[in-house]
Amino acid sequence: MFYRLLLIVRQRRASPGWQSWTPSRSSVSAAEAHSVVLPAQAKVVICGGGIMGTSVAYHLAKLGWKDIVLLEQGRLAAGSTRFCAGILSTARHLTIEQKMADYSNKLYQQLEQETGIQTGYVRTGSISLAQTQDRLVSLKRINSRLNVMGIPSEIITPKKVAELHPLLNVHDLVGAMHVPEDAVMSSADVALALASAASQNNVQIYDRTAVLHLLVKKGQVTGVETDKGQIDCQYFVNCAGQWAYELGLSNEEPVSIPLHACEHFYLLTRPLETPLQSNTPTIVDPDGRIYIRSWQGGILSGGFEKNPKPIFTEGKNQLEIQNLQEDWDHFEPLLSSLLRRMPELEALEIMKLVNCPETFTPDMRCIMGESPMVQGYFVLAGMNSAGLSFGGGAGKYLAEWMAYGYPSENVWELDLKRFGALQSSRTFLRHRVMEVMPLLYDLKVPRWDFQTGRQLRTSPLYDRLDAQGARWMEKHGFERPKYFIPSDKDLLTLEQSKTFYKPDWFEIVESEVRCCKEAVCVIDMSSFTKFEITSTGDQALEMLQYLFSNDLDVPVGHIVHTGMLNESGGYENDCSIARLNKRSFFMISPTDQQVHCWSWLQKHMPKDSNLLLEDVSWKYTALNLIGPRAVDVLSELSYAPMTPDHFPSLFCKEMSVGYANGIRVMSMTHTGEPGFMLYIPIEYALHVYNEVMSVGQKYGIRNAGYYALRSLRIEKFFAFWGQDLNTYTTPLECGREFRVKLDKGVDFIGRDALLQQKQNGVYKRFTMFILEDHDTDLDLWPWWGEPIYRNGQYVGKTTSSAYSFTLERHVCLGFVHNFSEDTGEAQVVTTEFINRGEYEIDIAGHRFQAKAKLYPFSSLFTHKRRKDDVELSDFHGK
Amino acid sequence: MSISALLSMGRCCCRCCCPRGLWMLSSPCCDDRRMCVCPGPRRIGIPVRSPSLPLFSDAMPAPSQLFFPLIRNCELSRIYGTVCYCHHKHFCCSPPPVPHSRLRYTLHPAYATFCRPKENWWQYTQGRRYASTPQKFYLTPPQVNSILKANEYSFKVPEFDGKNVSSVLGFDSNQLPANAPIEDRRSAATCLQTRGMLLGVFDGHAGCACSQAVSERLFYYIAVSLLPHETLLEIENAVESGRALLPILQWHKHPNDYFSKEASKLYFNSLRTYWQELIDLNTGESTDIDVKEALINAFKRLDNDISLEAQVGDPNSFLNYLVLRVAFSGATACVAHVDGVDLHVANTGDSRAMLGVQEEDGSWSAVTLSNDHNAQNQRELERLKLEHPKNEAKSVVKQDRLLGLLMPFRAFGDVKFKWSIDLQKRVIESGPDQLNDNEYTKFIPPNYYTPPYLTAEPEVIYHRLRPQDKFLVLATDGLWETMHRQDVVRIVGEYLTGMHHQQPIAVGGYKVTLGQMHGLLTERRAKMSSVFEDQNAATHLIRHAVGNNEFGAVDHERLSKMLSLPEELARMYRDDITIIIVQFNSHVVGAYQNQE
Repeated sequence: MFYRLLLIVRQRRASPGWQSWTPSRSSVSAAEAHSVVLPAQAKVVICGGGIMGTSVAYHLAKLGWKDIVLLEQGRLAAGSTRFCAGILSTARHLTIEQKMADYSNKLYQQLEQETGIQTGYVRTGSISLAQTQDRLVSLKRINSRLNVMGIPSEIITPKKVAELHPLLNVHDLVGAMHVPEDAVMSSADVALALASAASQNNVQIYDRTAVLHLLVKKGQVTGVETDKGQIDCQYFVNCAGQWAYELGLSNEEPVSIPLHACEHFYLLTRPLETPLQSNTPTIVDPDGRIYIRSWQGGILSGGFEKNPKPIFTEGKNQLEIQNLQEDWDHFEPLLSSLLRRMPELEALEIMKLVNCPETFTPDMRCIMGESPMVQGYFVLAGMNSAGLSFGGGAGKYLAEWMAYGYPSENVWELDLKRFGALQSSRTFLRHRVMEVMPLLYDLKVPRWDFQTGRQLRTSPLYDRLDAQGARWMEKHGFERPKYFIPSDKDLLTLEQSKTFYKPDWFEIVESEVRCCKEAVCVIDMSSFTKFEITSTGDQALEMLQYLFSNDLDVPVGHIVHTGMLNESGGYENDCSIARLNKRSFFMISPTDQQVHCWSWLQKHMPKDSNLLLEDVSWKYTALNLIGPRAVDVLSELSYAPMTPDHFPSLFCKEMSVGYANGIRVMSMTHTGEPGFMLYIPIEYALHVYNEVMSVGQKYGIRNAGYYALRSLRIEKFFAFWGQDLNTYTTPLECGREFRVKLDKGVDFIGRDALLQQKQNGVYKRFTMFILEDHDTDLDLWPWWGEPIYRNGQYVGKTTSSAYSFTLERHVCLGFVHNFSEDTGEAQVVTTEFINRGEYEIDIAGHRFQAKAKLYPFSSLFTHKRRKDDVELSDFHGK
Repeated sequence: MSISALLSMGRCCCRCCCPRGLWMLSSPCCDDRRMCVCPGPRRIGIPVRSPSLPLFSDAMPAPSQLFFPLIRNCELSRIYGTVCYCHHKHFCCSPPPVPHSRLRYTLHPAYATFCRPKENWWQYTQGRRYASTPQKFYLTPPQVNSILKANEYSFKVPEFDGKNVSSVLGFDSNQLPANAPIEDRRSAATCLQTRGMLLGVFDGHAGCACSQAVSERLFYYIAVSLLPHETLLEIENAVESGRALLPILQWHKHPNDYFSKEASKLYFNSLRTYWQELIDLNTGESTDIDVKEALINAFKRLDNDISLEAQVGDPNSFLNYLVLRVAFSGATACVAHVDGVDLHVANTGDSRAMLGVQEEDGSWSAVTLSNDHNAQNQRELERLKLEHPKNEAKSVVKQDRLLGLLMPFRAFGDVKFKWSIDLQKRVIESGPDQLNDNEYTKFIPPNYYTPPYLTAEPEVIYHRLRPQDKFLVLATDGLWETMHRQDVVRIVGEYLTGMHHQQPIAVGGYKVTLGQMHGLLTERRAKMSSVFEDQNAATHLIRHAVGNNEFGAVDHERLSKMLSLPEELARMYRDDITIIIVQFNSHVVGAYQNQE
C-alpha cells in the first residue's frame, strides 16, 4: 500500500489534478488544478485534506449541509495521513475514544462499497501483549469496557497468542487481549474515499490551495484568505494537523490550539519467504513500545520510543522538513524490541524506515470543538497518532457539533475549551509532548501526573507548602497539593505510587481525613476559577437568573449552589455563587472551567456596558478550613462570633482575619464537612496562612491535600463537574432537584427540558455504590470508568471513586441506566429500579458486590453544632 | 590541601606508581620527592623556597587545586608518577638534555621491552595492583575521561530568570593543562545590575599570576563601566555608609576556579577608585552607555591599575610580592559580552572567538569575531611600526615576536614591555629579594628605547546575533594551534545538534536484513557510549583537539599518549587549552529579530 501510494504520488505529479486517477473523478469538479477559481463564498471552509478534513466534510454533507469547501495546501491525504501505519484499534483508554474508533471501524468497512474506492480494509484483529501483571490489569480494564460497548474482545493466554500469530515469541508474556474486529487499511485511501463520497455530495475540494489567515469580525468568522483568493464563510474548520497550531496563531485574534509534532518512525520490510497472510493480527506490544502489522507479505513495525524527537517547534521549517530522514540509531531500541518479539525476522530484508511526524497534545487526548475566542471557528486536530482510528468518529461528532450546537456524545474530555492560552507556549508544548509520546505505551495507572510543564501557575503559598512536604498534582496549569508527607516519613518515590492496588500514601491521606473529621485542616484551593459579575442596575441578577437554574435572588451574603445548564438541561458548569451585594456576584467554578465557563457567559451575556464580567481567579488565594474546630480558629483570629446563629451555613461575609481585612469568608467547604472557605486577596495570603497555622496549632491544625478532599466529598456523595457531571447530565439525574427552582419566575436556560424530564422521568440516575466484598489491601482499587452491573446486566459506568475512611469501604459514584432487555433501548430509571437491584462493579474483569444508595449516609455524619445538615437534609426532602 | 599532604601524595606517586615501560630508576633518591622536583622547572604547586627556582614558578598554593581532582583519583596518581619518573630520567640519570626527537622515548616500544624485567621485579617486591594492567603503557578510557573531565564545567541559563529572557542557553567550559601549573584562566558571570553575560578566557605567560588577577578582576571593571550613573552612586553610598552592596556579578565558577582572598581588599579599593572617578566624570548628560567603549575602558583601566599597584607596592610583604608578580607576568584576554542579540567580543592578544553558524543546508561555518594580535596580523605589525620611531622598525618585531621575545602583541601585565628602564630598575631594587634575585625580571629586553611597546587595549568587534548563530567558541591559542577553526565549529556544531555520532546510516538500495542492521546499530551504540560520553561540548572539543588522528577521528591510542606525556614534555606537544562554548537560544534570538 505504501508502495502504491508512492506510485500514486508520482502519477499525480504528472497529472494536472489529483482527481484524474481515481475512478470517481467524474463526480468531482472537473476543474483543472491550475485554472481553479475559488468560489466567492461558502457556508463552511475546511482547511486540511487529511483524514480529519475529509471526514468532517463527509459527515457535514451527510447531515445535509451545502456549500462546503475543503482546501488542502498540498495534495489530498498527503500529510501524516499518507504515512500513517494504517492500524485501526478500538483498544482505547477513554470511553469516548473507544466509541469514536468503533464508529470509524464500521464506517471504513462499508466505505469501499459506498464509494467504489479500494481502501485496503482487512479485518485482522489486534492482539495487545502484556509482559507484566500490571499491564495485564490495564488490558483487563480496557477489555471490560469494550465488552459492555458491544465490541467483542477477550483476554487470552500466551499459548493462544502463539496460535493466533505464527511468528511471535510468547515466552515472556503473561497474557494478552484479543480484539478480533480491529482492522488495517490504507489511511490515505480511506481519506480519498471520504473525499470522493463528500464530493459526490457536492463538497468542493481544492488542493494546492493554502489558507493564509482567517477573517474575523466581532469575534465571528467571516471568511478565509487563501493564496488563491478570498472565500467568505460562516464556519471555518481547522483540520491542519501538525500545522493547526501555526494556523491558529496566524489570526489577528489568535486561536490557541495546543499541539506539537514529534518525529515518528516505522519500518517496512520486503515479504517473508512464505509471505505473511494479510489477515495476520496486528500486534501491539506496549511493554516493548512497538506495534507490528502485516504489510504486503512482510511487516510494518513502528513504536513510541522513550526519547522522542520533537520537531517543527518554530513552525514550518524547510530545513527540518528536508532533514526528515531515517534515523536508524534512534530506531535501534525499537528494532531490538521487534527482534525479541519476532526472532525469525532476523533474515528479513529491510525496505525502508519511514519518518512521519505525528501530532501530540498536552494531555494525550485529541482536540475538537469550537474556539472560545472566535465563533464559527472549529478545530479537529492533535490525534496523538491515532488519526485513522478516530477519524470517522471525530468527524461525525464535530459535524454534529456544528450542525446541532452539540455532538451526540459527551466530548468534554476532547473539547478545545479544556485548554486556554496558558497551554500554548511553544516551550511548554515541546517539553510536554516529549513526555506524552512515550506515555502512549506507558502503563496508565490511576492518579498519574505529568512531570513536564509544571509549576506554571502556583499559589503564593506554594513554597511554604512545598517545604512542609506537599506533593503536587496539576490541573489547568495550576499546582495543587495532593497530600503532605510527614517529616518523619521517607520521601516516596514516584515509581512506588504507580500501582493499581493500594497506594503508599494511604495512611497519609487517612490521617489527613481524620484530622478534617476531628480537628481542622487547611487545603489550598486557589486553583478554582473565580469570576465576579457586577452591574450598575439589576442586569447582573437578571442575567444570572436566566443562566442559572437555582434562584439567585437571595439576600445579600447568601451562597447558592447552582448549575449553569444548557438547552437540554445538562450541566455546562456547576458552581457556587455568593451574592456580595445587590448588584454583584462572586462565582466559584471548577479549575478547568476557566475557558469554557467564560466563553459560555460571554456568549449569553447581553452586550451591555453596564454589565461587567471579570475573571478574578488570580486575585484570590483560597484556603479551605475543614473540620469541627475551624470555627474556633476563625473566631479567635477575627474576634467575631462564628457560631451558626451568627454565621449560618452557606453564608458569605467580608471580615478581618488576623491583621488582614477584606477576607471573604464563606461557610462551605465543597465536601459537606463543616468549615469555611477563605478567599484572600493574594498579598494577604501568606499572612493569613501563617496566622491560621499558628492559632490553629492548639486545635491540632494541619495541612491537607486534594486526595483527602476527594475522599471526603465522594463519601458525602458530592458530584464534581468534569468528573461526574457533564453537559449531558441534568440536575434531576443526580438528585439535585432541590437546586433547581422551576418556579422562580424566570424562563432560565434548560427549564423546558427539565420540566419535560420531571414529567417523563429520568433515563439515568447518579448513584453511590459501596463496595462490599472488596479487600482494600489486596484487591485492585476502583478508579473510574468501571462497568456497573445490576442483576448481571450492564447498566452504566462509574465516574469517580475513593476510599471512605468513615465507612472503611470503597465508594464509587456512577450513573445507572435502564436498558431494555429486548431492544437495549434506554428506559426510565425510577428510585424503585435502583433500590431493587443487586449490583456489581467490574474492576479489571473481577466483579465486586456493591450496595447502591441514592442518598448519602446521614447518620454517620451528623454534626450537632452546625447547620450544615441544611445542605444535606435537602437531599432527603426531594 | 596542606603542603604535607601534597608531599606525602607526591611520595606515594614515586613509590608505588611505576609506569610500565618507564621504570628507569632504582636509586633510593626516588624516595625523596624533592629530589625529583628540584631539577625540574616546575612541580605541582609545592612551594620550594630555593633561590634557584624561577620567580614565576608560582609559590601560590592555590594552583594545586587544579590538580587535586586528578590526584584524588588513585589511578591517576599513577600518571603523575609517570611524570615524576620522567623527570628522574631526565634530570637525574641522563643529565644532558635529550634531543627533541628522542623525547618520544616514553612511547618507544624498545623501552618497554627494556624496562619490563625491572617492572617485574618491582611487582615482585611491591606486590601492588598493576599486575593485571596491560604491558603497553596506555591509559584506559575511564582514566582518559577523568583527566579530560577534571576541569569541565557547564552552566544552563534559565530561559527566563524572572526578569529577562536570555539569549544564552548556557555554556560549557573546560581546560586541559600543559604547563604545570596551568597558566590559562577562564571566567564567566552574569551581570546583575545591567543585562547580559560576560565570558572570557585568559592565557597567561611567564606564570599564571597575571591571568589569575585578570580573570578575577576584569569582569568587575567591565560591569562597573556598564553601570548607569545612579547605580554607581547607590553603590558608592552603600560602601560609604557600610550598607550591604548591590551584587554586581553572579559568577559561574568551577570549584577549581579560585579567587585570591588576600588581595581582595586591595583589588576592591582599586575598583572603588575607578567607579568614584566614573561618578566624578559623569556630566549627567549621556545616559546611553556604549558597550564597546565600556569594554575598552575597563581593559585599559585594569591594566593601568595592575601597573600602578606594582609601582606603589603594599606594606604587606605577601601582597607586595603578589602585585609584582602580577605585573611582571602577562596575560591575554578574550572576553565576550552577550546581551540579547548584541554580542561584543573584546580581544587582547592571541586567543580567539569563533562564531558557529549553521547554514540553511545544515552545514556549519565559522565566523571569526576577533583578530589575533601577533606577527601574523599585518595590521598589528603596522600599528607597532607606527607607534615607534622608524629606526626601530626592524627591532620592534623580530622572529615574529615583540622585541624578539613576546608572541602576543597586546597583553595585560608584562610591565617589562611597558615601563621605562628606570622605573623597572627602581621597582626591582626596592622590591623583595625574590624579585631582586631573579634573572628574568632584571633582564631588560633588547632594543628597549621607546616604551611602552605593549598595550592592553582590546579590539572590540560587534556582532548582531542571528537565529543561525548557534554558538560561540572562546578559546586560548592552545586550541587554535592544533585545530582549524572550520573543524572546531563543525565538531562543536555536530555535537550540540546531537549529530556528533557517526554518519547516519541509510539503507538506500542495498540489501540489508533486520538482523544485520540490528548488529550494526548495537555496535554503533556500544562505540558511542564508550568514546563519546562527553556531557560537555568543551570536553568533547578537547578530546578531538588532543586525540584527533590524521583522519579527523578521535584515536584513543593517540589521546592516551598525549595525556600521559610528562608535563614538561607536554608543553612541547601542546599548550594549555581553555575553551568556553556559549550556546545561543535561537528561539529567543529569532523573537528579538521579529520584534524589530
